[in-house]
Amino acid sequence: MATATSAIRVEGVTKRYGAVTALEAVSLEVERGEFLTLLGPSGSGKTTLLRVIAGLERPDDGRVYLGGEDVTDVPPYRRRVHTVFQQYVLFPHLNVYRNVAFGLEQKRLSRREIERRVAAALELVRLSGYERRWPHELSGGEQQRVALARALVLEPEALLLDEPLAALDLQLRKEMQRELKRLQREVGISFLLVTHDQEEALALSDRIAVIADGRLQQIGTPREVYERPETAFVATFLGAANVLEAEILHRENGDALLGLCGHTVRVPLNGRRIEGSRAQVAIRPEKIALRARPLRRTDLVQLEGVIEECLYLGEATHWRVRVGEHYVTVTEPNRPGSKADAFRDGQRVFLCWTRESIVVLSR
Amino acid sequence: MRETNANRWLLLAPSALWLLLFFLLPLGLIVVMSFAERGLYGGVRWTFGLWNYRQAMAPLYLWVYGRSFALAAVTTALCLVVSYPVAYYIALRADPKWKNLLLVLSILPFWTSFLLRTYAWMFLLRVEGFVNTTLLALGVIERPISWLLYSDFAVVIGQVYGELPFMILPLYVALERVDVRVMEAAMDLGANRRQVFWRIVLPLTRPGIITGIVLVFIPSLGAFITPDLLGGAKSAMIGTVIQNQFVQRNQPMGSALSVLLVVVVLALLWIASRTARSRRGR
Repeated sequence: MATATSAIRVEGVTKRYGAVTALEAVSLEVERGEFLTLLGPSGSGKTTLLRVIAGLERPDDGRVYLGGEDVTDVPPYRRRVHTVFQQYVLFPHLNVYRNVAFGLEQKRLSRREIERRVAAALELVRLSGYERRWPHELSGGEQQRVALARALVLEPEALLLDEPLAALDLQLRKEMQRELKRLQREVGISFLLVTHDQEEALALSDRIAVIADGRLQQIGTPREVYERPETAFVATFLGAANVLEAEILHRENGDALLGLCGHTVRVPLNGRRIEGSRAQVAIRPEKIALRARPLRRTDLVQLEGVIEECLYLGEATHWRVRVGEHYVTVTEPNRPGSKADAFRDGQRVFLCWTRESIVVLSR
Repeated sequence: MRETNANRWLLLAPSALWLLLFFLLPLGLIVVMSFAERGLYGGVRWTFGLWNYRQAMAPLYLWVYGRSFALAAVTTALCLVVSYPVAYYIALRADPKWKNLLLVLSILPFWTSFLLRTYAWMFLLRVEGFVNTTLLALGVIERPISWLLYSDFAVVIGQVYGELPFMILPLYVALERVDVRVMEAAMDLGANRRQVFWRIVLPLTRPGIITGIVLVFIPSLGAFITPDLLGGAKSAMIGTVIQNQFVQRNQPMGSALSVLLVVVVLALLWIASRTARSRRGR
């Protein structure tokens, strides 16, 4: 990928606050027109990274490029990226029109040009007619839209969004997610979204960058990151996963022979490098099927276990099954004719899954 | 818990009584007296008319009012210019753990007697005072500066010094409330530090500025101790003139001048509250 075309490029950015390291050598690239999400738990450093890109924090080490240009030493007000903050922070002493016009007035554009662009921006976020309203008169969702319009009106290289939906209630959040996606397609600029909500990340992003303890864990399309998590952290943070210890018995032709819960399983490595004699593997709970009897198929991994706990959750049922000294979680959707109702606590069952569902993790 | 009506009145009673006895009653007396006549040998003759007010409109008094106005305005402006950076630094720049200490330090001098501090200024500013002797010793000047004390300059210095905390505190309160994230948002949208100040911080602290102006301007307008001690005979202010009227036993005239001052102050307060309300934020 040609670096000159990327909207944002971050190289080896490190940020420390005293003894605490908020970011450790993070490198990342956001393509033009891409929707990239920084996903991580609170305190993982994702907001710090956003602030470094906006210019509100200086990195202790590393460089930041916007549109191919090194802006590490450029103050925030001369960077062509704009931020939508978590609490929107509209200017309380300015009405909606003046809030949106703020950045344009800074550029000393003509009055008519400002009026035209503010009107267009408000229409984009569906707030036409709100010009004379004050921020304190608006609902959370409306304030959010004003914050979006205020940033988008400046036609930035990229839009930075710091947990923009966190303060909204569930219903509104879903609505705004769709709205964000629509906006991003419509304006075609890069969006860099910070969130701790994995569902939001999966639904909105072209790519997800998972970040934890100030380090980039994995970056890829939602499907890649979910289906082939690289680390135990990614596997369990993005969705649920059973992380099991396995013994590496043999390696050949990109496959590995693993000793897993007393069984020997051949697993594709998918180009992943593993070292030593032990490894962790991840299996998603919904990729495991529960059966009363083992199936006559050799292409499946089949383990025998005992049901310890059954949780009915409406759309699905969660099972906790003891296999040897391990516990495995299984999720089955409650479809009509599902066998799930038949199983009882303490019952002996067989867990079945395909070899491809096993993901070997690197540490 | 709901308060009964009787309870509420009981709570209000002491302060209401206090205001009535020591504020409203004397004020009423002054208003009544301002329409009375000076007795032949001092004292008050209770015949009523507008003569005191007619006399108060004489050019001499108007000139004194004007001077007081101008000096109070200069005092207020200087207070604002000096206080704003101090309050800004304490509220937004200083390490939070030092904030309270810095605030206390900035008003520490005001824990000693006002009179004492005014005498200290006289000691500093007089012809053979600290400022003159230092400048002489350093060779900056050849002869002592005579206008340091007993001048408008001295009055303004003394007033600014005396009123400073009444400007710093409301400004500090207003600046403290400014959300740093709002400033960051402005910077993110292309405003440099100066523009953030003029377009965000200053408008958001307007209520504090107006409060500070009111708190400094009004006492400055009627001040009489500082002008009396530091201004000398030439520097007449309305406060000293009113005081003189009372000392010289022309109480009706002093009352009329006082009432006029109160009217002017009320008018200014009304304007201030209008401007504070005219633009609504939160």
